[in-house]
Amino acid sequence: MRKFFSNLVASPMFSFYVTGLLFIILFGFGSVSFEGFFSPQVFLNLFIDNAPLIIVTVGITFTILSGGGGIDLSVGAVVSLTCMTLAVLMRDTTLSPYVCMPLVLLIGIAVGLINGFFITFFKLQPFIVTLGTMFLCRGLTAMLSRDSVGISNEEYGNLAFTSFEIGDCFISLGACIALVVVVIATIVLRYTSFGRGVYAIGGNEQSARLMGLRVDRIRLAVYVISGFCAALGGIAYSWIMLSGYTLHGLGMEMDAIASSVIGGTQLMGGVGFIPGTVLGVMIQGTILTIISFQGTLSAWWTKIVVGILLCLFIVMQAIVTEHRNKLMNLKAESSGKKAPKKA
Amino acid sequence: MQEKNDDYILHMKNIDMFFPGVKALKDATFNLKKGEIHSLMGENGAGKSTLVKVLTGVYQKTNGTIEYDGRLIEPKTPLESQQIGISTVYQEVNLCANLTVAENIYIGREPRGKLGQIDWATMNANAKKLLHEEMGIDIDVTKVLNFYPVAMQQMIAIARAVDTQCRILILDEPTSSLSDKETERLFAIMRKLKAQGISIIFISHFLEQIYTICDRVTILRDGVYIGEYDLKDLPRIQLISKMMGKEVREDDIESNVDKSVPEETDVIAFDHVTVPGKVKDLTMNIKKGEVIGLGGLLGSGRTEIAETMFGIMQKTNGTIKIDGTEVSVKSPMDMMMKRIAFCPEDRKVQGIIGDLSVRENIILAMQAKAGMFKHMPRSKQNELADYYIKLLRIKVSDREQLIKNLSGGNQQKVIIARWLATEPNLLILDEPTRGIDVGTKTEIEGLAVKLAKENRMSVVFISGEMGEMVRTCSRVLIIRDHEKITELNGEEISTAHIMQAIAGDYHGHA
Repeated sequence: MRKFFSNLVASPMFSFYVTGLLFIILFGFGSVSFEGFFSPQVFLNLFIDNAPLIIVTVGITFTILSGGGGIDLSVGAVVSLTCMTLAVLMRDTTLSPYVCMPLVLLIGIAVGLINGFFITFFKLQPFIVTLGTMFLCRGLTAMLSRDSVGISNEEYGNLAFTSFEIGDCFISLGACIALVVVVIATIVLRYTSFGRGVYAIGGNEQSARLMGLRVDRIRLAVYVISGFCAALGGIAYSWIMLSGYTLHGLGMEMDAIASSVIGGTQLMGGVGFIPGTVLGVMIQGTILTIISFQGTLSAWWTKIVVGILLCLFIVMQAIVTEHRNKLMNLKAESSGKKAPKKA
Repeated sequence: MQEKNDDYILHMKNIDMFFPGVKALKDATFNLKKGEIHSLMGENGAGKSTLVKVLTGVYQKTNGTIEYDGRLIEPKTPLESQQIGISTVYQEVNLCANLTVAENIYIGREPRGKLGQIDWATMNANAKKLLHEEMGIDIDVTKVLNFYPVAMQQMIAIARAVDTQCRILILDEPTSSLSDKETERLFAIMRKLKAQGISIIFISHFLEQIYTICDRVTILRDGVYIGEYDLKDLPRIQLISKMMGKEVREDDIESNVDKSVPEETDVIAFDHVTVPGKVKDLTMNIKKGEVIGLGGLLGSGRTEIAETMFGIMQKTNGTIKIDGTEVSVKSPMDMMMKRIAFCPEDRKVQGIIGDLSVRENIILAMQAKAGMFKHMPRSKQNELADYYIKLLRIKVSDREQLIKNLSGGNQQKVIIARWLATEPNLLILDEPTRGIDVGTKTEIEGLAVKLAKENRMSVVFISGEMGEMVRTCSRVLIIRDHEKITELNGEEISTAHIMQAIAGDYHGHA
C-alpha cells in the first residue's frame, strides 16, 4: 500500500489525479450543498461559460511546456483585440463574418509570430517580449475604439446562439470548439514529433538540440499556436459578449496561467497534460458556480480560493519533485549495493 | 595524406577555433581510420571536447577543413552531423529527464503508425529489445528517465547513439559514471561495432581503459596537435609526458636541499574519506611543518581534495581529524575556525575583490573569522597590512591601492597575506604560481618552505609544474582519477618519478 502510494506520487500523472480529485470534491460539495446543482446542464455550463478561457489556456500551456521561461502574457490582449476587430469590421464594412473570423485568426498568428521571432532569434525573455505585445495589442484595441462596440450582425448573432442538444441539455458552439481544441492539442502533444519535441525542449533545451531536434522551429511554432488559440478564444469570447471593448479579456492571461498550473503544468517546462489544464479551468468555474448558487458571497471569493490553490499546487509540485529525487537516490544506492555481490 | 585515403573515414586539418578572447584550438589535426577505436587525449582544457564539438556541428570552426568519407563537410548543427552518420554521447548525460526512456532513445525518429502518429507500443517494444540485446539491461522503458540513476542514463544515451545508423561514434568520457561491470559491457559493444567497420572516437581520463580498448591515440595540449601514435608503440610514460609537455630525463632529479623537516604530529588526517564523484576513499595525513604536494594531471582531483580539506565539499564517508580530534565540517567557516586557510586556484574568480584596496583585501578573511560586525580599529588594520606588505614584499604604491591594479604575482601575494593574517596552522595553496613571473614564483616557493621551517606551518602545495613541487615539497601525493595512487618521499621526489607515478609505472616505497 505504501509502495503503491509512493509510486503514485512519483508518477508524472500525479498532478492530474490530484486536480481531478479536487474537481470531484468541489463539484460534490456543490451538489450536496445546493439543490439543482447536480445536473448535467450545470456541468455543461462549465464548458459553455469557460470556452474562451479553455481555448486560451490550451495555447498558453504550449508555451509553458516549451520551457526556457516560456509564457505568453499577450493572450488576454489578443482576445480583446480580436473582439474589437470583429466588432469594428462588422460595423464599418459589409464583410461576411466568415471572412472576418479568418482575418482575426491571422492577427493572432501574426502576434504569435512576432513573439516567437523575438524569443527565438534574439534569445529574449518570453516574459518581456510578450509583455510588450500585450501592451501593443491593448493599445491597438483602444485605437480602434475607446468605447464598447456592439456586434449586431445577424448572421454572427445566429452563430453565437447556435447550440446542440444532448438529451435534455444543450451545449454551445463555442464549447464544442473548445472541446475540439482540447482533443487536438492532446493528440498533437502525445502523438506527433512536434508535440514530443515541445516536451523535450522544455525538459532540457541543450540536450534536445544535441539530439538533433530543431529547437528554434519548435519554439517559434509554440508561440504561433498560442497566438492562434488566443484569437480563437477571442472569437468564442465575442460569441458570449457580442461586443468589442478595450477591457475585454483583462487579466485573462493570469487566469490561464493559474488554470494551467493548477492543472499540473510545471512552470519550468516539460511537464503538463492538456486534460489537466482543462480541469484547472473547470475548478475555477465550479468555484464561481458554487458562489452564484450560494448567492450572497462576492465573486471575488473565486480569486481568493484560486490564489490559495495556486500556492498549494506549487508547493505540492516542489514536494513531489523532491520525493521523486529521493526515490531515485534510493534506487541508485540499492543498485550500487547489489553490484559488488554479483561480481 | 600520408597514407592511401581509402583507409580513412575522417581527416580534420588545420582546425582553428576561437571563443571570444580565447583560442581553443590552434591548427589542430585529427585523422580517423575506418573501423578503429581512436583515443583523443589531453589534460582538461586541452581542446578534446571542443574538437569533438566542431566535428558534430555544435561549434563552428574558425578555420580548417573537415574531410569525411572523401568529401568536405561543414556541419552546422548536431542534426546535420547525425544525418551523415556521426553519432555522439557527450560527457554530461544529454538526454531529457522528463521524457520516458523509450522516447529518449527514439526522439526525432519515432516509429510511426498508419496515420503518421507516434506508435508508442512499437517504440516501447523496440526500446526494450534494443536495451536488452545491445546493452543487456532490462528496465521499464515507459518510466521517465530521471527515475533511473546517472549510470543507467549513460547506458541509455549510448544505446541511443548505437542505434542510429552511424559510421563514426564519439564517446566523450562515457565511463566516468559507470561501474567496472558496466564499463566491460560497454567495451564489448565497442568491439562489436568496430568489427562492423564503425570508427569510434573514445575520450577518457582512464589510462587503463585507453590501453585496453584503443588502437591509436591523438594527443592535444593547449589546443595544439601534438601527434598521433599507435598505442602499442607508445609507452605510458611517453603518453603522459606528451600530454604534459615535459620530456622525461632520468637525470632530472633536483636537489632536495633546504627543505622543511616535518614533526611527527599530524595537523590533519583523512581516514577513508569519500566525496561522491570527487574524492575516492582517501587516506592521508599532513604533519606539522610539512610542505606536501599534490601531483597529478589537471582534472585528476587535486583541487577537489583541497576543497574537501577546506570544507567546500562535504564527505559522505570516512573521518577527518584535525589535531587528533575528529571534526564534522559543514562549511569553510568551520575550517577557518580550525585554522585552515585556502588560496584557490583561480584568483580572479575566487580570490581577489578587485575594487577593494590592498588593505581591505588583506583583512577580509580575518574579518570574516572574527564576525562580520566586529569592528577592527583602523590603526590595527593599517599595521597588519603594512606588516604583510613588507613580509611578502608586495609591490604597491601604498596600502590603499586597488588590488585590480596590481600585477598577477602581487595579487597572489595579497591573497596569501590575507590567509596568513588569520594565522593558520595549515595553508592550502592551489596553483599559487600560475601566470606569475619567474621571480615572484621563486619567492612564493621560498615562502612556502620558509613558513613551514620557521613558523612550523603545514603547507599543501598544488601545482601542475612538477619542478615546483620538486623544489618545495618534502612529500608528494600522486593523484589519478580522484584517487591517491602513491606517495613520494624525500629523495624519491623528482620530475621523472612524479611522471612515472602518474603513468602508473612507479610505486615508490609507500
